[in-house]
Amino acid sequence: MKDKTNMTGASILWECIEREGVQTVFGYPGGAILPAYDALKGSKIHHILVRHEQGATHMADGYARASGKVGVAVATSGPGATNMVTGIATAMLDSSPIVCITGQVGSKLIGSDAFQETDITGVTLPITKHNYLVTHASEVARTVREAFYVARSGRPGPVLIDITKDAQQTTCEFDYEAAKPQLPGYRPDLSPDKKEYDQALELIHNAKRPVILAGHGIIISGAMSEVREFAEKTGIPVALTLLGLGAFPASHPLNLGMMGMHGEAWVNHTIQEADLLLAFGMRFDDRVTGNLKTYASSAKKIHIEIDPAEINKNVKVDVPLVGDLREVLHELLPHVETIDRSEWLDSIDKLKGDAAVRDIQNLPDSGHLYAAHVINDLWRETRDGDTVVVTDVGQHQMWEAQYYKHEKSRSLITSGGLGTMGFALPAAIGAKVARPEADVWVVVGDGGFQMTLCELATIVQEKLKVNIAIINNGFLGMVRQWQEFFYERNYAATPLLNPDFQKLGEAYGIRSMTVTERSQVVPSVRAARDHDGPVLINFRVEQEDTVYPMVAAGASLHEMIRRPSKIVETAEDE
Amino acid sequence: MLNTYVVYVENKPGVLTRVASLFRRRAFNIDSLTVGRTEKPEVSRMTITVDADLDQSRRIEANLYKLVNVLLVENITHEPAIVRDLAMIKVAATHEARSHVLELASVFRARVVDVAPDSLTIEITGGEDKIDGLLEVLRPYGVLEMVRTGIVAMRRGKGSTPVSAPDNSDHDVAEEDVSHSV
Repeated sequence: MKDKTNMTGASILWECIEREGVQTVFGYPGGAILPAYDALKGSKIHHILVRHEQGATHMADGYARASGKVGVAVATSGPGATNMVTGIATAMLDSSPIVCITGQVGSKLIGSDAFQETDITGVTLPITKHNYLVTHASEVARTVREAFYVARSGRPGPVLIDITKDAQQTTCEFDYEAAKPQLPGYRPDLSPDKKEYDQALELIHNAKRPVILAGHGIIISGAMSEVREFAEKTGIPVALTLLGLGAFPASHPLNLGMMGMHGEAWVNHTIQEADLLLAFGMRFDDRVTGNLKTYASSAKKIHIEIDPAEINKNVKVDVPLVGDLREVLHELLPHVETIDRSEWLDSIDKLKGDAAVRDIQNLPDSGHLYAAHVINDLWRETRDGDTVVVTDVGQHQMWEAQYYKHEKSRSLITSGGLGTMGFALPAAIGAKVARPEADVWVVVGDGGFQMTLCELATIVQEKLKVNIAIINNGFLGMVRQWQEFFYERNYAATPLLNPDFQKLGEAYGIRSMTVTERSQVVPSVRAARDHDGPVLINFRVEQEDTVYPMVAAGASLHEMIRRPSKIVETAEDE
Repeated sequence: MLNTYVVYVENKPGVLTRVASLFRRRAFNIDSLTVGRTEKPEVSRMTITVDADLDQSRRIEANLYKLVNVLLVENITHEPAIVRDLAMIKVAATHEARSHVLELASVFRARVVDVAPDSLTIEITGGEDKIDGLLEVLRPYGVLEMVRTGIVAMRRGKGSTPVSAPDNSDHDVAEEDVSHSV
């Protein structure tokens, strides 16, 4: 393609998106975006037709999280654009780079309450990293280039581009080179100064009971090997956030497991007893800290974080190192000393014994099918391959985090910050598109599945091999659990009367099965993996099972509700 | 305590909304906000005062920088600076009160900008304390109407607007679409 030529705004849009390396977009057409859809035929981009625009944003998000590249979602104006809001907010809170393209009514009609007009840049202002309203074809190229750059750089996030219909239709001279991003106020590349490095090193070398808190930033920054080297060199154990799972191998001797509200008991106790926390690309979310007043009160804190606005937001830190985690660790690594931490590590090991006796895996089969069984068996069957598990939100999400042992980064995709039910199925579609060779598993509750199950049709239409495990307990399980603990078992609006998921899957042409006993779990997983097409498994699990341990909202991190150790009797009581 | 920020932003449509929305979203309460042009057409300048402690004030600065259109943020709370507010105060001033009001205005170096049979309108420029002071002494006469601009601030001494944004005027955006109101 010549670099200077007359093109419509719509053609420039696809040309620029293509030049960003995008091969697939997820979208849904409509009036105000029709010129762009018309111009798709001249583009190499593959468009995946979704069934709801929320799905398109989650797919773009899943694509981004599985690959590290920017995902793209497309919708029309008005309801098309507002349907994207949940997906955009999800990507915002989990720092996921997506670019959303929305059509807008003609520029002369803006502000007139025209048909399908919504002020989507106004609506998405607080939930995007940045957004644009484009009213001229001549602005399209630079805006797209800026949007991709902003979405992927620094702390990544969603960027929305709203393009009026006339800006898509009119023609202008297209000069890609001249349309360079102009972002004079945008500085994503901060780095700490020498003094701060020295202070951090001093704290690290003086600490007796240090813990690394490993977050999503490790995966975004691509600092997995640096974190591993740092942990091994310093002998410091690693606790992970939900979104950090996979950033440090689960089987590594220094891996403690997940922290926080449903973290392992020994991990939370370790954090509370620590004298130094090294926060690597995590933001001290309330699900991780519990009551801030009592959180790690005897620990000094070092916070390595790319976003300066996160420093001292929730937890006051002693040394902030603001910058890209990988670069900061590269600076620190040559200077850290190896210190014998066996006493500290032994004391942590002692905490684990108590948890083991409460672990449902170590108890005899009571004939009940527990979600933990399903997930643990799924893990055993799929652990050796290139597997991506995409979870929804709720109990199954926490059981997955506890019982699926993630060894590699980008092997778990889940909505952490926003806790978006309905995320898993569409996000898995995006993950499969990004990594066609990977074995993609959706682990989803019966509630969340029904929020976006329309995307089953997308899976079939696009011939995607996605495996779906519905953890079906006939309840909105996590809400029921809160009602059990905090609302005197008043199960208001949590029991679900579900359709027959097997028949539902079959109606879409998806091979489907129902599993009610543990002995059927492994064969069903194997059958799903062997089948050359999407598979849906309806796992009918124990209805009133509970995620343990649990730190109640507002409680201190070490005050956990634990699973009663005589679980067999408890189960039979029900 | 009351923090004063000077915020330089790109002169583009919607930037004021982005800044105001940020304060709302992060639950910081704006005490006053003024915005206007600078000597550089591509740069607008805001003076924002916010009640915040030290930690909050740093986070406000960091959050402002997260806005892509924000060029520079200066917290000048503890810097030597010229701070000015402008007020117009309409006072009930009947025949016998008129000379007293005029006298007070002159003590405060305020100007009378409108005279009506039963009222005087006084314009005063200065620090907030000075304006509060005049207002205090005028109140007994009956303040009919008052408007204040909110403060604008500038660092003392040499130095020019320490930022610039690319001038997009050669870009073929039609002139009427280049908005100067942010």
